Amino acid sequence: MAHPAPHPRTSLLSTGSSRPSSIASPPPTSPPSSIRERHPSTLSQLSVPLRRAPSLGYPTNLDRPLNRLKGAEVALGAWAFLYAEIVAYSQARVDGIAELERKLNTLGHRVGARYLELLVFRSEGMSKAPKRETRLLPVLHFIHTTLWKALFNKPADALEKSREAADEYMISDNTPPLTRSISIPSDLSSLSCEAFTAGIVEAVLDGLGFPARVTAHSVPAPGYPQRTTILVKFNEGVMEREEALGQGR
Amino acid sequence: MSNTVFSLWILNKAGGLMYNRTFSEGLAQLTSNEQLVLAGTLHGIHAITARISPVPRSSGLEVIEAESFKMTVFLTATGNKFVLITTPSHPSAELLLQRAYEAYADTVMKNPFHTPEMPIRSEGFDLRIAQVMHPPK
Repeated sequence: MAHPAPHPRTSLLSTGSSRPSSIASPPPTSPPSSIRERHPSTLSQLSVPLRRAPSLGYPTNLDRPLNRLKGAEVALGAWAFLYAEIVAYSQARVDGIAELERKLNTLGHRVGARYLELLVFRSEGMSKAPKRETRLLPVLHFIHTTLWKALFNKPADALEKSREAADEYMISDNTPPLTRSISIPSDLSSLSCEAFTAGIVEAVLDGLGFPARVTAHSVPAPGYPQRTTILVKFNEGVMEREEALGQGR
Repeated sequence: MSNTVFSLWILNKAGGLMYNRTFSEGLAQLTSNEQLVLAGTLHGIHAITARISPVPRSSGLEVIEAESFKMTVFLTATGNKFVLITTPSHPSAELLLQRAYEAYADTVMKNPFHTPEMPIRSEGFDLRIAQVMHPPK
């Protein structure tokens, strides 16, 4: 044997990757937390067999290269039926409008977090000098134009700064496509099913480093009865950082 | 001769009235109870005509033409009836009913707040029907 047995008091860190078999004694079913407590950095050396999910027999969308589906479209009718059932399902399990909007927001959040990664990968992943926005207005512009175009094939219709509060901004869409077929009954008039889109925006902002509270409000305008405004209220830390960066220039 | 659309009625599978809207004057005014009764009657007559037709496998009545009006009935694959009452010389009643059916599929069936077979209370549907019957020039 080229390597002498390690001294019992020597930390296993120093053996490097020389003797994986000595650590493989814990059986696969033992709780992994106990292993982590004792030898956190040697976890990678464990030869615990991984259980693979049974194969479907055909490739799914998750197996395709990430750029293959770029620009692919989903039928709006298919989405409308799926979202209608999502809303009905959630509505049966909540106690009020605020909770329903929160649920839809959470669902949109899941979509937004993943979509941001995909979007940034597709646009900057292959470039030599990947860029990202670090200032407030370029980030809002990114959401208003790039994100909307990627999701809905059209830029949003308006980007405004609120006059009452310094940390509130509004993105408006005259005909939001996700809720095109939904008509809110009069007894639920404060509900906006665009809470899903608000969730997407909230996750994208969070991923870009601008945590905020994002809500959707229906503001019908002449000619556009479904016009919706996504209200973005940035956290205090974001506004402070933005001010500090602005002064440091 | 004018080509006016008088009214649109939508009946569900059981003959209940789901939607009823008047676009022009010219028809007798009906109370809501009378409307429900007439809708049920029409449903029954439609079923009878499908049975007594000498041609086997008939679908049921499609057009009733009278001196002062024409009633066109469109039976959907799911059993709903779209009924349009127009002047007798209206050229495109069937086309209007097709478009009304499209509007129904788009704004009523995809609306999570609509219970199937119940009366239709949807702003989106009202707007679309207005566009179908009075197309903006």
